[in-house]
This record gives sequence, structure tokens and C-alpha cells, in this order.
Amino acid sequence: MSAPPILARRALRVGPASAVWRPRAVLVPVALVAVVLLLVALDVGRGDFPISVPDVVGTLLGGGTQVDRYIVLQVRLPRSLTGALVGVAFGMAGALTQSVARNPLASPDLLGISYGAAAAAVATLVLGGGAVGGLFTALGVPLAALLGGLVSAAAIYALAWRQGISGFRLVLVGVAVAAVLSSVTSYLLIVGDLNRAAQAQIWLVGSLNGRDWAQVLPVGLVVGAAALLCPVTSASLRALRLGEDTARSLGVRLQRAQAGHLAAAVALASVAVAAAGPVPFVALIAPQIAVRLLRSAGPPLLAGGLVGAVLVVGADVVSRSVLPSTLPVGVVTAAVGAPYLMFLLARGTRASDA
Amino acid sequence: MTAAARLHARGVTLGYGEHVVVDRLELAVPDGAVTAVIGPNGCGKSTLLRALGRLLRPRGGEVLLDGKRIDELPTREVARALGLLPQSPTAPEGITVADLVTRGRHPHQAWFRQWSRGDESVVAEAMEWTGLHGLADRPVDALSGGQRQRVWIAMALAQDTDLLLLDEPTTHLDLAHAVEVLDLVDRLHSRGRTVVMVLHDLNLAARYADHLVAMKDGRVLAAGPPREVLTPELLAEIFGLRAVVLPDPVSRGVLVVPVGARRSDARDRGPRNPTT
Repeated sequence: MSAPPILARRALRVGPASAVWRPRAVLVPVALVAVVLLLVALDVGRGDFPISVPDVVGTLLGGGTQVDRYIVLQVRLPRSLTGALVGVAFGMAGALTQSVARNPLASPDLLGISYGAAAAAVATLVLGGGAVGGLFTALGVPLAALLGGLVSAAAIYALAWRQGISGFRLVLVGVAVAAVLSSVTSYLLIVGDLNRAAQAQIWLVGSLNGRDWAQVLPVGLVVGAAALLCPVTSASLRALRLGEDTARSLGVRLQRAQAGHLAAAVALASVAVAAAGPVPFVALIAPQIAVRLLRSAGPPLLAGGLVGAVLVVGADVVSRSVLPSTLPVGVVTAAVGAPYLMFLLARGTRASDA
Repeated sequence: MTAAARLHARGVTLGYGEHVVVDRLELAVPDGAVTAVIGPNGCGKSTLLRALGRLLRPRGGEVLLDGKRIDELPTREVARALGLLPQSPTAPEGITVADLVTRGRHPHQAWFRQWSRGDESVVAEAMEWTGLHGLADRPVDALSGGQRQRVWIAMALAQDTDLLLLDEPTTHLDLAHAVEVLDLVDRLHSRGRTVVMVLHDLNLAARYADHLVAMKDGRVLAAGPPREVLTPELLAEIFGLRAVVLPDPVSRGVLVVPVGARRSDARDRGPRNPTT
């Protein structure tokens, strides 16, 4: 009797550890990493002094001329690396909030958390006096951004709560709060005499201009920690995606898990804002693209982060090569993201509310 | 006749906001039996089930599992003893049958141990029991209502608990699928599980319950074997329903036949007379 087995899944087992073998979950992230590396190499080559991709790779591996080494390692690599890390941070933050809220519209940029972090970061710079040194920028701004992110997240939650949280009300409140916080940032920029175009671009729209190694460190550390915790987080998210009642009956400590994931999302988004400003729509779109690539049941954490990196670095490459003038990276992501958001909202109102 | 009962509600008062739904209710769930909770809309039966399943904290009184307060036990320990299937559960978009059933293993897993041999055999067996052959890789939202309900029951089965709470498992299912689901539940119980389910349909409750609990306005008005609880007097009192109770021609239980104002040929009225 050779009936087909009811369950035909391969397992990956090493000692006590085990997981379901899903080829896509391994191949897609590997492919994404390759794409990110390629885009970074392209991005590093762009600028007033173009360097070809093979030369970039050569320089990174230790060769290249003095001029090449200076440009690549001191000027351009930190910029592109910041872009990639910011993309990963936003992508992961979006995956976390969308999974916990079970709503593809719930992402830190749309909900104004990024703008809260930006406003706090600018406030720090203004209060710290226009010219701030390396250590302060490296520590003070990210911490202030984190505080700003947490406060705005709490404010949005409180304003949107009425015997629970409904998807659309959350988004409406978030958009309103985002607008208010963005105006606060503009005001602070004018008052603090930081309204030179470059600074304004960063804190209002998100830009990679002038980013150096001081920006890379904080976001690198937080992203690194988050990446290490991915397997633990993903296991928890899988249960949370079934809805509150089912998750609790499966033994999930619901409040603790939700609070933990949301705090991690705010931390990731805030530290990314501290590095490159409130780059819009990456946290919204990246997890949704990753879901479709992986064909998974919910927004995947690692793949979401990697798609975010592709989006940000890709946007930077596009803005610096295809477009006539160099636009801040946030403008390019908005140009892609806004139509997607409109599509999501249109689809949501046509279908019956979940 | 006191049967052993692991799950107890002792003087439990439950409510939402200002509204009290269940008031000082006493209930002992007999082990190894199928208990059905019936009652009119808004009587608190789903609320009671949620409290028994630790989804709702009582305002007064306590829910006990094995003699200990259920809200003081570690969450995982409760999840390994007691499984609850909520009303209208939602599956994440695109999740496959096999993946959803596997979620039931969560209380037995760790982040690094997501698919042990034990998990695999329990999940395969759960799918066998619920007749999900050939459906392992199909998306759950592409299945029919009856199939989907079987998948949720398979998930609860994979959780491998001795106690199973089902909140209206047959609402929204046509009669054939409802019977199919309840037959399945009965097979589960025949292997020693304790089942508590909230049911709307009185006749399905009469057929499939060993122990019937009838509620009204947040209190238990009657509890016992179906033929003791389903009497015309009690049906009138609890549901405001005028009914005739007959022996069930198919099983050894009872059948509730409602007497409405129209289309009822009562013995003391002529046929097809309009009611006065």
C-alpha cells in the first residue's frame, strides 16, 4: 500500500534544533543579499568622479589608487552602507508592526513614528548648538530619536484607541500625527538656523547626503542585534499572526509579545531616522514585497529587511544616475510608495473589511 | 453522582466594561465527556467559555484547573492542557493547511525546535483524523467552510491537549458539514478527551452531548443529561419556546420539535386553522 504521505515536508534537523525546510526562505534572502551588494557597488561608483564596479570591488578588497581608496572608503562607502542599513532597519520595523497589527497599512513611517523620531533628532541638534561633534552625533541623536519615536508611538496608540484599534482609524490618526510632527520639524529647522537645504532635506524627507561613519555605527549595531534575534522573533510572530484569541490559547503571553515587538520596531525605525531621516514608504512596501517573493503567510522579518535595503540603495542609485538632478533618496521612495499606498487603500475599501 | 472534573468555574462573575454578563456561576466540567452549553442569544455562554479558556479574567470567583487558579498557572502549561477554538477564527492570508495545523504545536516548541519528529507525527496524525488528505499544501482560504473548520480542529488536535473548548464550531456550516464536524469531535472524545462546546442548535446538542448545560441571563438553569434538561417546561422557561420533545428515531436520545404559531398541526386544533 503506497498511498502518498499526508504531509510531504522536508525537515532540517541538527541535534535538538529543527525547522521546516523551505527552499524559498533560504534562496530568496541569499539572492537579495547579492542584489544589495551589487547595488552598493554601483552606488559607490556614482558621483562626480565615477568609478566602475570592478574598480570599486578591487578597492574594497585592498587594491586601487590612493584617490580611489579615499573616495570609496571615506566618502562613498559610509553613505551607501548607511543606505543599506537604514533600508534593513525600516524593512524589519515594517514587518514587525504589520505582523502585530495584522494590517498591511500599519507601518512606522505611515503612522508618524518616523516623523516623531526626526523631530526629536532635530530638537537635539538645535538645542545642542548648530555644530555638533562626533560623539554627540553618534550617541545623542539616535537616543533622542528613539525617545521621539516611543513618545509618538504612544501618542498615536492613545489617540486611536477606542475599545480597541481599528485599521483605518489607526492610519488616519497616524497620518494626522505625521503631518503635525513634520511641521514641528520644519519649525525647529528654521528656529535652529539649520534650514540650509542639505539639513532640511535629511530631516524632512530623508537623504543620504553627507552621511559618514558616525551614522553607520548606531544603526549598524541595532540592525545587527535585530538580525541575530530574527529566529526567536519569527517564531513568536508566527503565533501572533493567528489573531489574539488563538495566539493566547496557544500559550503566547500576548501583551508581553506585542509590546516587545512594537518596541523593537520603534527602536529600529528611530535609529534609522537618526541616520538618514524619515525615509518614507520603505517600511510600508518592503515587507509586502517580501511576502510575495517568499509566498509566506505573513510579512517576513529578514527578507523584509533585505528588500528594504534594495529599495533604499536602489533609490539612491536611481536618483544619482537616471534623474537629471540629484534628489534626496526619500523623494524617490515616495514616488514609488505613494501610488502603492493609494492602491492598498483603494483595494481595502472595495473588498469587505477584514 | 459526582464525576471527576479537572475544570471548574466557582462563583464566576464575568463582564465587559460596565455590563455584567455572567453572575456567580458554578460549573464543573465532567472529565472525558462531551459537555454542550446552550442558551438564548446573550445568555453568556460564549463569555463563559472564554473564561474557562483563560481568555477572559473573572471579576469575581475563579476558574480552576486541577485545583489551581487558571490565571495563576504558567501560560504554556495551560496551553498544553487546554485548547480553545474561538468563534470565527481568522487565518493569515495565504497560509497552507499544513502550516496552520503545525501552529497547534506552538506550546510544545522552542524557537530553535520548530519541527521535531514528535511535531511531525502529531501533525500528520491530526490531519489523518480530520480527513485532510491531499490538502496539506492548499491555502486555507481556498477551502470550503466545512473543510476550513476541520483544519482548525486539526490545529487544536495537534496542540495535543486533554481538554478541548469549542466556541460554536458548527455555526455557518450547513447541516451535513455540521454533523461531520460533530462526528469528528465525538471520535476525539471517545479517545478520552474532555470537550466543552457552545452550540446553537438544540438537536445537535441533544444528539452529541453527554452533559448539557442550559444558561439564561448569565446563570445555569439546568445541567445534566440531555433528556433531563430538554423538557418542554425548561425549553419554555429558558428560550420562551413552545416545543414537543420526542424520542430521537435515529439515536437513543431526544428530539426537540418546535411548535410555532403557524404551520403547526397541534392535536387540539383542526388542520390549517389560523391561530387566534
